[in-house]
Formats: sequence, C-alpha cells, structure tokens
Amino acid sequence: MNKIFEKGGKLYWLHSTVDAFETFLHVPGTVTRKGAHVRDAIDLKRLLILVVIAAAPAALFGMWNVGYQHGLAMGQTGVHILEYFWFGFLRVLPLYIVSYGVGLAIEFASSQIRGEEVSEGYLVSGFFIPLIVPVDIPLWMLAVAVAFAVIFGKEVFGGTGMNIWNPALLTRAFLFFSYPNYMSGSDCWIAFRKGETAVADAFTGATPLALDGPAQYGTGFWDLFIGTVPGSVGETSVIAILLGAFILLWTGIASWKIMCGSIAGALLVGWIGNIAGITDIPFYMQLLYGGFAFGTVFMATDPVTSCQTECGKWIYGILIGMLCITVRLFNPGYAEGMMLAILLMNTFAPLIDNVVTSVHISRRFKKFNVA
Amino acid sequence: MSDIIVLRQGLDIPVSGAPDRLVSKSMTPGTVAVEPFVKGLLPRLLVKEGDRVLCGSPVIADKSNPDILITAPASGTVQEIVRGEKRKLLAVLIKTDDRQEYASFDTTDVRKALLASGLWTYIVQRPYGVMANPAVTPRGIFISAFNTAPLAADTEFTLGGEISMLQKGIDALSSIAPVHLSLDGSKPDSPFTRLKGCTVHRFKGKHPAGNVGVQISHICPIRKGEDVWTVSMPALAAIGRLFATGRLQLRRKIAVGGPAAIEPAYIEALPGTPMKELIAFWGGGAENVRIISGSILSGRAVGAEGYIGRDDDQVTIISEGYDKELLGWINPLRFNQFSSDRSYFSWLLPGNKWDMDTNLHGGPRPFLMNENYYKKVLPMDIYPIFLAKACLAGDIEKMEKFGIYEVLPEDLALCEFVDPSKNCIQDMISCGIDLMLKEMA
Repeated sequence: MNKIFEKGGKLYWLHSTVDAFETFLHVPGTVTRKGAHVRDAIDLKRLLILVVIAAAPAALFGMWNVGYQHGLAMGQTGVHILEYFWFGFLRVLPLYIVSYGVGLAIEFASSQIRGEEVSEGYLVSGFFIPLIVPVDIPLWMLAVAVAFAVIFGKEVFGGTGMNIWNPALLTRAFLFFSYPNYMSGSDCWIAFRKGETAVADAFTGATPLALDGPAQYGTGFWDLFIGTVPGSVGETSVIAILLGAFILLWTGIASWKIMCGSIAGALLVGWIGNIAGITDIPFYMQLLYGGFAFGTVFMATDPVTSCQTECGKWIYGILIGMLCITVRLFNPGYAEGMMLAILLMNTFAPLIDNVVTSVHISRRFKKFNVA
Repeated sequence: MSDIIVLRQGLDIPVSGAPDRLVSKSMTPGTVAVEPFVKGLLPRLLVKEGDRVLCGSPVIADKSNPDILITAPASGTVQEIVRGEKRKLLAVLIKTDDRQEYASFDTTDVRKALLASGLWTYIVQRPYGVMANPAVTPRGIFISAFNTAPLAADTEFTLGGEISMLQKGIDALSSIAPVHLSLDGSKPDSPFTRLKGCTVHRFKGKHPAGNVGVQISHICPIRKGEDVWTVSMPALAAIGRLFATGRLQLRRKIAVGGPAAIEPAYIEALPGTPMKELIAFWGGGAENVRIISGSILSGRAVGAEGYIGRDDDQVTIISEGYDKELLGWINPLRFNQFSSDRSYFSWLLPGNKWDMDTNLHGGPRPFLMNENYYKKVLPMDIYPIFLAKACLAGDIEKMEKFGIYEVLPEDLALCEFVDPSKNCIQDMISCGIDLMLKEMA
C-alpha cells in the first residue's frame, strides 16, 4: 500500500477504503505471525461470494418476474424472457445501487473509525435487501431503512459477526413499520411506470398471501413453485431458491438443521391449522407462499444471527417455522410471518445456545469414571 | 486388547515434504543452547561464562522451587549467556567437548532422580500445560505413542528400537502415578504393543488424534481441581535411559521436513542444537524461509539463528508467502492452494500434496462461522469458539464452563487453520490460560 495511506500519512482517512479495494483485487501477501504457520485458503470473501452466487438464481428470476407481472397488469401474455428481464433489471438496478451505495458507505466509514479492514459482510446483506422489498418502494425510503439497519443493527454492535439481528431483515422490518402503506396491499408488488395503472380485467397484484381464502386457490401449486406470482423481488420462485439452497448446503455455509427444522415447524402448525379448521390452505402450500422459502434458506441460516450449537439449530429452526405459520393463521392484518419470526428467533438465539451449552456441561462429566 | 477409539473429526493437512525414513546426519553440535522456556518456571542462572559443565549439570533453577533444574544436554564450557530486553535470560550457550562427560545420578528415588537430572522439566502438568509440581501426585501420567501432526516424526522409526528404554521409563513413572499409553489404532503390530505396566488405549483418526490432550478427553476428561501429567515419547526414552544408565542422554532422532526442505530426512541431534547446523536443509538464504522447531501448526518459528526446542523431535521448513495472488479468492478453481472447505475443489485431488507457505490467505475478521465449522476438526466434546470468545473476554466462569482445563493451544490448532476469519485461536487460548494461572494461583 502507498505510504500516504498508512498511519500518519496524508490520506490515512482513506486507509480502510484503499485496503478494501486492494484486497478485493488480490489475496494480500500477509503472512502468519502467531499460531499456526500455514492456513487454509478459505477466507470470508470466498464464503460470502458463494452466498451471493447461491442467491443469484432467485435474483435473476425475480428481475424477470418484475417484468412479467408488469406485463400481466398491462394485459400482455407470453413469457418474453429478454424483454421482461430487461424491464425488471432496470427497475431493480436502482434498488441495488441504493442498497450497496448507502450500506457500503456506512460500512467503509465505520471500518475506518474502528481502524479495521472493511469486512465483507455487507456484500451479502446488500445483495439480499433488494430481493426482500417490493420493487416499487421509493428509493429514499430504502436508503433510510438501509442506513438504520446498518448503523443500529450492525455497526453499533461492532460490525460484521457481532450483530444480533439479520441486517437485511432489519431493513425490511424498518420499512414495514415506518411505511406500511408501501409494504402491503395489492399495489406495491407490481412495477408501474409513472401514470400507469393496471388495465387487465380482474388483475390483482396482491401477493397470494394477502388474498382472501378462496381467491388463494386461484394461485396454483406450479405458479407458486416456479414463482410467477407477485411478491418481493427475490422471494417468489421456490425453484430458484432451492438451487441456492443446494449450493449453500453443499458448501456447508448454511445449516441443513435450520432449514429442515423450519420446514418441519411450518408443516406441523399448518397441519394443526388444517385439522382444527382454522384455515383451508393445505399445509404443504404454506411452504410455497410468501417469503417462507427465501427466509428459510437465506435468512434463518445466517451463521452470525442463528444459533451456534447444533441442538440449538434444531430448536431455532423449528420455532421459526412454527411462528411464521402461526402468524399467518391468526393475524389477518399481517399475513407474512417469516420476517418477524426470524427476527424474534434471532433475539432468542443466544438464550437457546446458553440453555444448550449449560445442559451439555452439566451432563458431560457424568459418563466418565475417574481412572 | 483394548477397544479402538475412533475419532471422526480431524484433518490431515496434505503438506508436501515428508521426511524420508533414514538418518541423513548424526551430529554432536559445536555449541548447544539451554533455553529456559518452560511454562511456569522463573529462571535463576546457576552458571557463569567460562564454567565447566557435565552432561546433566544444572544450568538454570526455578526461583520458586530450587529443586527444579534445567540441566546441560552436553558437557563443555559455558560460552555465552544470551539475554534479551530487560536482561531477560534467553539462552545459555555451551561449547561442547569432543568427548562427552556425564554426570551420574542416583536413581533409587524416582522423583529425586528426575529433579536432579533436569528431566522433571519435561513433564507437563495439565490443566494449563505448566511444568509439573513436585508436591502433586497426579491422577495419571498420559503418554501418546504416536504423532499425527503434519510431517511429524514417526515414533516407530525414531524410538521403535528402544523398547527396553521406554519400558524403563514407564516403570519409573508408574511408581509416581498410573501410566496411560495411547497407541495408534491403525498399526496393530506396532513395537510399542510390547510395552507393559501401563494402561493401553488405542486411537484411530486424523490429526489431532495423536495429541495427548485429545486422548485424555476421551479417556477421562480433566475436571477442576484435578491434575494430570503428560510426557512426550522422546522424553520418556530419556527417562528410561536415566534409570538404565544413571546418565542424562537426550540425543534423539529429529524429523526435518517441509515444502521448502531440501532432501527431507531425519537427523540425530540434541535438543538445543543450533539451526545453523541444519543449513543444508534450506541451502543458505534464510530470508524467504521460515524455520520452525515443531510442526507447522503449533511449532515455534525460531529462524536460522535459533535452536531446536528442548522437547521437539521435528523441524519444519516452509517458504514465507509474501506473494500476492491476483483475484485469488474469486478464482473458481485455484488448484494450487489447499482448502478443506467445499467452496474450493481440493477435495477433487485426494492424495495430492501441496507446497504450502505461510500466507494468511485473507484478512483478520470477527468470528462468523458456527461452532460446527470448527468442531469438524476437533474431536473433543467442547465448544471451541465459545471457549475462544470466553478467553477473549477474560470471563473465567465461562472459560471453566467451556473446558479451559482440558485444552492447550495445540489442541485447537486445526480450528485456527480452518478459520475463514483468520483469528489467532491458539493465541486466544494461550492468553486465557495465562489469565487462569494468574487468577487461580
């Protein structure tokens, strides 16, 4: 690194930024100083870029779907892959620019204040945020929400690895409670150009979850599985999310215990709902609606904010699934339970870990006899 | 025959440069160093420059317990006393005689003989890995007869021919406390199976299955208030020789290996041998090689001016990884680097050996991955990251809870190796142990 960026140099205030770009270009020539003299080639950059790659199918499909939903609202038919994708890409791109622009600026600044290297954590959060918000969200709202989530959700705790809540979900929660009109209802999920309104007869832009009971049947299993329904940008396509889940599980970044636990919990409560007659929705359809799949695969499995212990991961996952469907069944005003279920369990994850480790400690010496 | 304990977690780092099973050089160095680096020992110098010492003469004593001695590994004349900052004693250099003269020891009392010969300082007491306290009778003395660390000396090759000496050592130690010997379960016909007078355990698995700390945690984990002792195999052989001949004989076979080592092989030398005597193994220019006394995981980088550690039977030579690697982390294949993580494709090349260097391969970050990421290389029933974080926080209650009594830094070395956040986990544990020693004393 050039001398002017080092401590005492004129441009030291840019130190973290320059370092971030330098290490982005190449693995630095730093050598081990203490402890193990050789290290594994893995680093956080590699791990986190894999999460982005895993989420890419959902993002690409989401962009096409933005165009597709707009087309439906305009009364068009057909899949028009490139045309719809381009429309959606142009609508989602500003969200990415705002998400990365605001988030990274705060991240770089706080790294510099702490005198640390810039961590890669926001690479992933910034990629997720546009995928879990409505495409028509005003950009200034997104900017405010991102700033809130990064500063108060992450940096005040010490940055990447120290946060209690998932920063991407915190962004969404901030939007949800501050600007509820933009986050629910039947208008916000479709991208309209200025002055446009839906022209197609009987078109509804609400996510299937927000419809009344019988109307939900109008959205078939395959529509939901492939993802040709309105919703947040990246959450609709279960098949694209499953692709991502495969990458995350193969590389071991995400825990299969959390994913399976969440699915099991959701199925259980959905099934109880069926039996008790609370809902007509078949319990397995709950897995396809709304943000459940995206939340289970990408949000609940965030290694920082989930449980650390293996047993804790089961408890954590199952409770997320159960809470999500419970909210869906009993709260008609707010049909999407995944965001709050995960944030709530993020809060309780350390408590679960504490219980699990305490039980483990008190049990472990009992199996040994003194030699 | 005891059951084999199979350890599924662990990792054998596929690093190149394993030493050939031959002794390429047998040396009596011109000078040997006596280093006072024994954890828990406050050194008091007993000699001055120009003094004559015999092999086994006391050179350094412990300030708090003058019975504990560090003795000369060879006879000769004290040449120089090397001091560092604040006159801290670093080493006593002894110019060796051509013909070695030995001090003789009375071996009727085991403890007294061990103390007088200086072999006492080779006994490590757990928890904390300090030198053994002569006032303590431990719950057991644990010895690992095999070493799984990368490029480690093969104990069957180095000591397989000295079964009678090892037996004498076990006999002596078992008069103090029950001796537990851990054998490599994958070698049923090992010569060490002939050793008697001890409880034999068999372990099978990847590194760190050969670490005595891991073995103890599977035999009978250390609880608060208990003490166990551990002895390395070369030290056990030296104890055996002491009780067989009444002399201190520390000569041992030492494995010299590593990706940067030229013709890696074994040598026969004394602990305290200057690395300069091994210059043929790296061929001069020492700027871009790191010379480690011990393994690449937990050894001490001593440099070309350093000495072979007092209880090491391994020297590793690797290149310094100063080179920057353009777009390394994003390169999808990157077959020239080893990673145990599935996000690289090293798993496609089983059996390949990598020329590893000391590059950190990333920048330091806070912990991000879960316990399980680290536990896959740690066959112990503890939570390594909770423990490391408790050590960072200096929270003694939590350190106890997460198992500080059972570990030494070397047991968590692989966690440090695989850590994508590049934390110095061994250093954290070591600081935690120092804090425990200070607070619990």
